[in-house]
Amino acid sequence: MSAKRGTVTSPAWRVVHFGAISAFVLFAAFPFFWMVISAFKQTLDLMNPNNNPFVFNLPPTMVQVKMLFEGTEYTKWLWNTAWVGILVVIITLLLAVPLGYGLARLSGKTGERLGIMIFLTYLVPPTILFIPLSRVISYLGLTDSLWSLVVVYPSFTVPFCAWLLMGFFKVIPPDIEEAAMIDGLSRFGAFVRVVLPVSIAGLLTTIIFSFTLVTQEFVYALTFISSSSKFTVSVGVPTFLVRGDVYFWGSMMAACFIASFPIAVLYNFFVDRFIAGFTVGAVK
Amino acid sequence: MATVTVRQLEKRFGDVHAVDGIDLSIQEGEFLVLLGPSGCGKTTLLRMIAGLERQTRGDILIGGQVVNDLPPRARKIAMVFQSYALYPHMSVYDNIAFPLKAQGVEKRSIPERVERAAAMFGIERFLKRKPRELSGGERQRVALARAVVREPSLFLLDEPLSNLDAKLRTLARDELKQFQRRIGTTTIYVTHDQIEAMGLGDRIVVMSGGKVRQVGSPQEVYDEPEDTFVAGFLGSPPMNLLRGDNCTVGFRPERFLPLLAHESQEGLVPLWFRIDRVEDLGSARLLYGSLHDTFPNEKVIVSVPFTVHMDFTPGEVYEFAVKEKEIKFFDKETGRRTEPRPFWVRR
Ligand SMILES: Nc1ncnc2c1ncn2[C@@H]1O[C@H](COP(=O)(O)OP(=O)(O)OP(=O)(O)O)[C@@H](O)[C@H]1O
Ligand SMILES: [Mg+2]
Repeated sequence: MSAKRGTVTSPAWRVVHFGAISAFVLFAAFPFFWMVISAFKQTLDLMNPNNNPFVFNLPPTMVQVKMLFEGTEYTKWLWNTAWVGILVVIITLLLAVPLGYGLARLSGKTGERLGIMIFLTYLVPPTILFIPLSRVISYLGLTDSLWSLVVVYPSFTVPFCAWLLMGFFKVIPPDIEEAAMIDGLSRFGAFVRVVLPVSIAGLLTTIIFSFTLVTQEFVYALTFISSSSKFTVSVGVPTFLVRGDVYFWGSMMAACFIASFPIAVLYNFFVDRFIAGFTVGAVK
Repeated sequence: MATVTVRQLEKRFGDVHAVDGIDLSIQEGEFLVLLGPSGCGKTTLLRMIAGLERQTRGDILIGGQVVNDLPPRARKIAMVFQSYALYPHMSVYDNIAFPLKAQGVEKRSIPERVERAAAMFGIERFLKRKPRELSGGERQRVALARAVVREPSLFLLDEPLSNLDAKLRTLARDELKQFQRRIGTTTIYVTHDQIEAMGLGDRIVVMSGGKVRQVGSPQEVYDEPEDTFVAGFLGSPPMNLLRGDNCTVGFRPERFLPLLAHESQEGLVPLWFRIDRVEDLGSARLLYGSLHDTFPNEKVIVSVPFTVHMDFTPGEVYEFAVKEKEIKFFDKETGRRTEPRPFWVRR
């Protein structure tokens, strides 16, 4: 019965299927649509509460987008975010991969407890940590430098990603590493040639996740950076596009759209693996 | 090809003596089976020989050379794991080619050697598939092909057949034996299945509690067990062990037959057997009961082949007999074999 209803050939089922999927697509895509349409509206159109917010009531305009690129250092901020993000991803991988592997292979309760302790450090919020960390940053002479973020961000990406990767490594049977060692590799060789390729989903998850964490981060970026040319997107946009109580809605929406779209696309490509990543981490 | 010698080998995990002082030597080309109940240290012993586990004490020699400090890759061995341990992200071809690539074998010779190994196990058709697209039996063959491809001097197999169903297992056992005969590589095979051990081994090492109980050909360990453990472990049903006043007496269930079913009456020891229950298994009948006048309180199992056409009624007493030389005597305290101490009245 249910198998029959489940077949895609039945027209009624197709309609339901299509309807359900369309509803989800609309739900997920709607914020993007709203961002885009708002970015091209005239200010008068945006500000009039009697207007329908989801259509153009006045002709579209490029003024807001121009203002974003010409009136602020948005391109610079994008660039700053990107390179901080990439460096942090690299540092995170270099530290979290061996850490997660070690935790996964530590026998007995020790590994499990250590894993939980490391994860707990991720839960300490930046609002508490930024005060002691600002001492560290000034000691290192990195005040008002993007390097301060490169140094500080791994403090939360590494514990989280190590914990995530631990879940991935745990489900890889040690047998295949040992087989590789017998087949002619060293332990490190077996790790690189067998364990890493098998846990590619975990690595991708780690990369996307730490990059997202970096692009969202606000507290550290606000406190450690003061010159506007060194802002990241998450600080630059609210600082420059909110002046007193004047919100530059159009430019803000354009800025948000440009920053979030690539990440949304990435998530879409890897969504299956991403979810697998979380469930692996959760049940193991 | 190589000999393997193990001297006073010991492995402790905390307080657990997984392997407790083992001496063994394996000849060139021999098929040696490590047999024992679960947890007796078979896998641990094999892993130490492979170099995956470091011994607490003792020496391991492969081909006359002490390999205590050599990593697994330097020991010229191949191992087949119980789980097969195929590389899940590689095709069957790449799995088989892996040991060659890992050891830097000349690139041009690789395809030919892979094909040869694949042909040996009839898996040429699967070369492009991933391990998860294969059945258990096919995976096992891939694992074997991967093991032979680099022509190791020593094969280590840890229960390679235990994931197969009963029918496939018998087939695979036969193939494995033929294959080993053909290439003649020294092989150590771990199993807790005595039928596998009897069928495959040139010699069997019976282990328990981290110690070797007996080493010998399948017939030796079956017919001449050195202690009550070996006697009770081999055979199904195992040897009847009857505790007497001054020693333990043992005889095999299939050697204890109705007096008239014996071919010759010479050297027979007749005993009265009281039957409590009869089980018909088709190829044989199992009779449960006791020796009426000699060991009335000890359970005895008898296996009567289907060729014996006799009716047995539970509750009745029959005259059975066993050849005198089939009766084994064990020390009551240590369980070791002792000299015969006849308990029957000679007629
Ligand atoms: N890594 C380890 N840490 C602690 N104890 C271990 C470890 N490996 C094995 N042991 C213990 O050593 C003993 C022997 O284990 P081993 O795996 O060698 O048994 P086995 O004969 O292969 O059993 P099976 O037939 O179940 O595979 C067992 O008591 C086991 O609990
Ligand atoms: Mg084992």
